[in-house]
Amino acid sequence: MRNIFLVIRREYLVRVKKKSFLVMTVLGPLLFVAFYGTVFWAAVSSVDIKTVQVLDESGLFRNKFKDSETLKFELTDKSIDSAKAAFPNSDANALVYIPANVIKSPKSVRIYAAKNVSLELKSEIEKVIEKEIEDIKLAEAGITHKILEDSRVNVNSETISLSEEGEKTSSSGAATVIGGICAFLIYMSVFIYGTQVMRGITEEKTSRIVEVIISSVKPFQLMLGKIIGVALVGLTQFVLWILLTTALTSATSAIIASKMSKESAQMAQEMKKAQMPNQNIPGGNVDNPVAEVLGAVSSLNIPLIIGCFLFYYLGGYLLYSALFGAVGAAVDNDADTQQFMLPITLPIIFSFVFAQFVLRDPDGTLAFWTSIIPFTSPIIMMVRIPFGVPAWEIALSMVLLILGFMGTTWVAARIYRVGILMYGKKVSYKELVKWIFYK
Amino acid sequence: MNIIEVRNVTKEYSSHTALDNVSISIPKGCIFGLLGPNGAGKTSLIRIINQITGPDSGEVLFDGVPLNSNHISRIGYLPEERGLYKKMKVGEQLLYLAQLKGLSQKEAMEKLKSWFIKFDIKTWWDKTIGDLSKGMQQKVQFVSTVLHEPDLIILDEPFSGFDPINANLIRDEILELKQKGSTIIFSTHRMETVEELCDHIALIHKSHKVLDGAKREIKEQFKTHTYFVEYKGHLDELDPIYQILDQKILEDGYLRSNIHLDGEANSNALLLNLLSKVEIRAFGENIPTMSDIFMKAVNEVPEA
Repeated sequence: MRNIFLVIRREYLVRVKKKSFLVMTVLGPLLFVAFYGTVFWAAVSSVDIKTVQVLDESGLFRNKFKDSETLKFELTDKSIDSAKAAFPNSDANALVYIPANVIKSPKSVRIYAAKNVSLELKSEIEKVIEKEIEDIKLAEAGITHKILEDSRVNVNSETISLSEEGEKTSSSGAATVIGGICAFLIYMSVFIYGTQVMRGITEEKTSRIVEVIISSVKPFQLMLGKIIGVALVGLTQFVLWILLTTALTSATSAIIASKMSKESAQMAQEMKKAQMPNQNIPGGNVDNPVAEVLGAVSSLNIPLIIGCFLFYYLGGYLLYSALFGAVGAAVDNDADTQQFMLPITLPIIFSFVFAQFVLRDPDGTLAFWTSIIPFTSPIIMMVRIPFGVPAWEIALSMVLLILGFMGTTWVAARIYRVGILMYGKKVSYKELVKWIFYK
Repeated sequence: MNIIEVRNVTKEYSSHTALDNVSISIPKGCIFGLLGPNGAGKTSLIRIINQITGPDSGEVLFDGVPLNSNHISRIGYLPEERGLYKKMKVGEQLLYLAQLKGLSQKEAMEKLKSWFIKFDIKTWWDKTIGDLSKGMQQKVQFVSTVLHEPDLIILDEPFSGFDPINANLIRDEILELKQKGSTIIFSTHRMETVEELCDHIALIHKSHKVLDGAKREIKEQFKTHTYFVEYKGHLDELDPIYQILDQKILEDGYLRSNIHLDGEANSNALLLNLLSKVEIRAFGENIPTMSDIFMKAVNEVPEA
């Protein structure tokens, strides 16, 4: 036990003392915050306003195009030809031509622009025209504006998860984000730290120190010590990331919040003014997006998610790093690892691909089976957990994952003990299998 | 008293037998030469003694007790393929290896200090192994092998990679360790080393032990009862007590012959016989060198 501890300590300290560890620890949260900050910044700071000229021959849309934060509409009375001719010299970004017979042939609407128009602008304009034509057609059919107003309701459904603890407002949006982040982190860490184990073992083998070490330590202890040491490096990294990110984001969101409170008040007023006629938000209050996100997150079972994340990180890492370790022991140098990497990386990559589908359908058959099978469960189960998973499924998946990594560790140890003393020989799969059953 | 008793050890690999029913005794306090051509099974035996692998059958006793994990700290091993963590610092690395051998950090520190002074390498402590020359790395590795003052030191080709000055330094250290009571196993191809340092030897060839015992006795055993003589004059090829095996003319006109002594006669009788016939400049017994013995023993073994 003392020796395994010594090995763990060396593996841990060697990696934690590296400059790259420090760089990653600082850079990770910075990148995260920079990303998060940029997104908010982009959302908050005003985008340049686009001007759209409207040539309305039908006369139906005179007051229908409303200026928004990004769009400004100008009506023009020129003929289409002179409007087109004048367009390049005007500072308008687009010209919308609505012919007189628009009701009969709605497809005759044209949008002219110097460059391609964005989809957003196109759909905005189409929406206004469609709605107006619809209104007119409905009015022709005898439905008055009053009836239309009354019949228009705004449904903004809340999803409620029913559990023994009672009703709880849940947010599938937040669950998707959290599930996705967890899956990504586990995916990345299995790769990064699994490869580190592999490299470490190949390094010991190529530098021939392994023979000295295993004259003091049992090969299994050395392998396990390395795996645990690297796992702790990963945990340290995560803990530091969580702490740093929390500190940085709270600082950043404080800055953003103070900036937002000014602008959002302004914005809310403009919106109210502009959308008054058909605005129907209950209570008329504008939600603070930050509060909304925080509320959604707090509706999730955070302790369960963190607990499961650590479990599945460790389980998935242990399962795969043992296999990475076996590959490291079987080959003579990094370059030769390629041939054995595929069967290990495939299930990881598949899990990550499946995760996209599972996010859309967290309770489907694919989701169930892939979150039970140990090779995919670390990633898939973490995707499902924020959506709520029956306890027995989590328990089954955890038990299988433990059995799974015990199995891979056993296989890896058998390959490892033969492989580390085998030099200068290209190994085949057949040979690896022989090693496993070697007495 | 033997520090190591190898009893009927057999070790098989999937494609070949590395050791076939090998028994060797290694007396305490000696320098023991483990000899054999490449691929004879020496490394397999060393790995078994180091508990890196186990024998398929047979047993190994350490100090009269079957090998167990308590013995690990009493053995120091310098493998033929040297290796250290390239990116680790010299001091840290030696501390780590010493601790794996069961020393406490404090003990290891103290012992390391005295070795660093002895080898005059104090400035190396914070250097990375990869920055040292190969010879320097070897020195560090030697220190790591003997730092925990093991009772049994196993050195696989210890002088390879050393320049003559450092080889001498290491040789003196080995002799000093022997003085202090350690037993040393040498695995080597260099017969001059064996000639100079070893007290006992064992020769392994094609997975079998073909020879073992005290070097002196083995030499006795391999004596051919031949003598050389350098002389002027004429010797008949045949004589009742001897037989001339060969004869060659030296540059200065003297002749040199190897003479085989027949029957019970001793060297004095031969000398008296020769004195009456020729003028003798030099005379001596042809003692077999380790190299001769090695070649002879290896070639005598029938092809398996």
